[in-house]
Amino acid sequence: MGLAIAAFLGVFLIAPILTVIYVAFADGAGGFTLSHFASFFQITLMRESFFNSLYVAGVTVLVTSLIGVPLAYFTVRFRFRGAAIIQTLGVLPLIMPAFVGASAMQLLFGRSGSLNLILLDAFDLSIPLMDGLNGVIFVESLHYFPFILLNLSVALANIDTAMEEAAQNLGSSGWRLFRRVVFPLALPGYIAGASLVFIKVFDDLGTPLILNVTNMLAPQAYLRVTSIGIDDPIGYVICVLLVLFSVGAMAGSSWFLKGHDFATLQRGGAAGLRRQLTPWQALMAYSLVIALLLLVLSPHLGLLLLSLSRVWSYSVLPDAYTLANYSAVFRDSTRMMLNTLAYCGGAALLDVVLGTAIAYLVLRTRLPGRQWLDHLSTVALAMPGVVLGIGYLRSFRDVELPFGMGPLLGSGLIFVLAYSVRRLPYALRSCNAALSQVHLSMEEAAQNLGASRGRTILRVVVPMMMGGILAGFVTSFITAAGEISETILLTSRESLAPMSYGVYLYMQSIAGRGPGAALGVLAVILVGLGTYLSNRLVIARQASMERR
Amino acid sequence: MKPAYRLFALLAALPLASMAQQQVTIVTSFPKELTSIYQQAFEKRNPGVKVEILNKATAAGVAYVRELRVGERPDVFWASAPDAFEVLAKDGLLVKFDPGIKGIPNKIGNYPINDPQGFYLGQALAGYGIMWNTRYLRANKLPEPREWADLAKPVYFSHIATSSPSRSGTTHLTMETILQGEGWAKGWEQILRIAGNAAAITERSFGVPDGVSNGQYGIGLVIDFLGLAPKNSGFPVEFVYPSVTAIVPANIALINGAKNAEQGRKFIQFSLSPEGQELLLDKTISRLPVLPETYKKAPADWPNPYTGKIRAKVNFDSDLAEARYYVVSSLFDQSITFRHKELVAAARAINDAEKKLAAKPNAQAAKQIAEAKLLAYSPVVDETKAKDQEFLKIFRDTKRSAETTKRVTALEEHWANEAKKNYARAVVLANQAAKIAN
Repeated sequence: MGLAIAAFLGVFLIAPILTVIYVAFADGAGGFTLSHFASFFQITLMRESFFNSLYVAGVTVLVTSLIGVPLAYFTVRFRFRGAAIIQTLGVLPLIMPAFVGASAMQLLFGRSGSLNLILLDAFDLSIPLMDGLNGVIFVESLHYFPFILLNLSVALANIDTAMEEAAQNLGSSGWRLFRRVVFPLALPGYIAGASLVFIKVFDDLGTPLILNVTNMLAPQAYLRVTSIGIDDPIGYVICVLLVLFSVGAMAGSSWFLKGHDFATLQRGGAAGLRRQLTPWQALMAYSLVIALLLLVLSPHLGLLLLSLSRVWSYSVLPDAYTLANYSAVFRDSTRMMLNTLAYCGGAALLDVVLGTAIAYLVLRTRLPGRQWLDHLSTVALAMPGVVLGIGYLRSFRDVELPFGMGPLLGSGLIFVLAYSVRRLPYALRSCNAALSQVHLSMEEAAQNLGASRGRTILRVVVPMMMGGILAGFVTSFITAAGEISETILLTSRESLAPMSYGVYLYMQSIAGRGPGAALGVLAVILVGLGTYLSNRLVIARQASMERR
Repeated sequence: MKPAYRLFALLAALPLASMAQQQVTIVTSFPKELTSIYQQAFEKRNPGVKVEILNKATAAGVAYVRELRVGERPDVFWASAPDAFEVLAKDGLLVKFDPGIKGIPNKIGNYPINDPQGFYLGQALAGYGIMWNTRYLRANKLPEPREWADLAKPVYFSHIATSSPSRSGTTHLTMETILQGEGWAKGWEQILRIAGNAAAITERSFGVPDGVSNGQYGIGLVIDFLGLAPKNSGFPVEFVYPSVTAIVPANIALINGAKNAEQGRKFIQFSLSPEGQELLLDKTISRLPVLPETYKKAPADWPNPYTGKIRAKVNFDSDLAEARYYVVSSLFDQSITFRHKELVAAARAINDAEKKLAAKPNAQAAKQIAEAKLLAYSPVVDETKAKDQEFLKIFRDTKRSAETTKRVTALEEHWANEAKKNYARAVVLANQAAKIAN
């Protein structure tokens, strides 16, 4: 099994990366050179970009934590009305491609956005929320905090409630209880989420570009490759640096987690064991959560308004409303919606199967080189979609599918593969976190009772990991649905295109962005519904297992 | 079947579904409104033929065609920038085709509408100009601009948006038009002043009309149809051709090694026929036809480049533009796009000092401001250098060796540092002048 996974990663991930690394060190005549790296560090702009990228990624982790931690804590550990809705709504930002979110937010928070027009009118003042690096941090924070919310929620739900009760019996409560007991136990989930946020922001291309911020690493790589040419080595040097940093962040987080034991004996999180908020706490908690949700949902609100508007220009709200955008989208794009479901569903399924397998191999076996499977798949995080896409186009251009189904590049399968490779790390983080919370004694008990290893995995390990696996599936699915840079490269025909490509295409429209916004709203609804249903499914499954 | 297998079977069946009918495949950089109108009209006229659109940025489209094998390639290439067609023709990726349409003139101004060698054909005409948001201008009490030179005025500080030539083929043509119309030194002065007034250097050319339409920016530099289409669709925007503008054709061509060349020829013929040309008058497209006849069916205020109503003063020299393409793009990025913050600071300081000086004239301060302007608004590459063939050649080499990469990088670094230094010095000088005038 280890070999099969290694082969998959080798063909669909490592080969394209090696091409990138090769170009970064090649001197053009088949020899090795470090001169491209030397050139890179001599450029002031590159050093500045490097610093800016680090700064933006770091501050974004901070801001996402401020949003994600309270949402996760209040909804999972307390009796909180509407917790399921919050969990679902909180995931929504991820499914909206970053450039869509950013352009909707410009209409609300930009220099002539609704907020600033109101402020200008009332106080003759405007807030530059969307300008420069701050704008990037603002947009990225609202876009990526679900990574922390999702991972932390699962981790919190898995903590043995006996721990908390013990602490409470010893007189601990409130902030101290959270800081000393609950949060440390949930650290694997938090670290998994925070390192994902860091890496995603560090690599993100769409948001800085839509906000016209070019002094960052990923935009520089993209600008070099697209304006100077695919053969410009500096672009590849940046890619190599992105890879190095992401691998570094991942290795750092797993090194940190390895030094501690987070396993608790029992899975917790049954609804009856949630704590009650005092009225005063409840007021605080609800107002905090509602304020955060409003902020988080504002891009969606903006998108909805845009999709219903005929003309929206230099005004607080659109001039006139219409449903024409939706009818245009339904006329032209039902095929794209089906494609999105098929590609992203397939990719996410592949991801959780691979993710569970890798997590198990790494944490539970002594297979030589098993850590490398983990490291290898993590590298996919740092692969800019553009580079992976180009690598695919080059490597697979002569590959034909069996049974006369035509070239691989002309089929939907290529999307499933490309999406699954880049989303595998998300699924893997979730599966890893879930498995590290399953105590080994559970499996030992099953095997003592005579269960084979396979049976133990299927009947004990996987069901106990189910929450994490599902979180992985959902994260993979929704981020794949919003992926755009690979998609643009790999879409060879409109009939093959998924929704994200459709949104991109419609957003390029010159006579208003209405149809693009309408398609974006439909994408949000589609994936939001999917997330909600899969949450319900898991709850039903857990309930039935508990009855057994 | 397990769900996973079922899914894969479904995915594998997807490509089969679209193979039943005849198909013509078109690579284009044009927006969906434009392509879908042509798609629907062509399919209606040719039952059983399906039009498949591949929407790609021009450069990506060229790379895409190049990567494919003969016989697998799409049929038609359809985009604005003439240089992309030059590249395709040089690489042997186009075939000559004469659609036999009567009534299209040979030239617009001095510019040939169809490729003299016959590889590609003009399908629409395009000029470059200025668009603005009327509500924004009214709210900020700004006068309407008419000429590029207007945009260099201090009143427009922080109200303008433009893209960068390295990002957008049409922006490159706009900047090149200014450089050819005004000359290298004066052209760059104007470009730097406009950029100093800019609120943003957008990443895509599309970001400009979009930002002006929704009121994020007041004024933008755009290709005509990006300004006219939102106007005709009801947005509160206006568009004007300044006198220093050029009219160049947007092109269409048949690809060499196409899958279905027969239908490709039919599509090109259709796009140039009176019926196909008339589609350009649709308000969501708003382009200028190449067929003079078609203007008779256009609304009265439709710009007509054949009547001389657009005062195109510049005879665009595409050889010159191509020769210094990378230098202009890179110079723009190093001294404007990536140093925009510093340039804006210099422009602000100069504007403030001038305002103070106007109230209280002072010879020494005036001298300092003049010096600051010279520093901030001069290109870091002078005209002689820009004409040096050896120098231009370093930048044209796209398959760069480690040695060339090093040279180019060192040059760019030098430009960036010079620009940064000049802007900083300009701020100091302007502040000193402001102090004297106070």
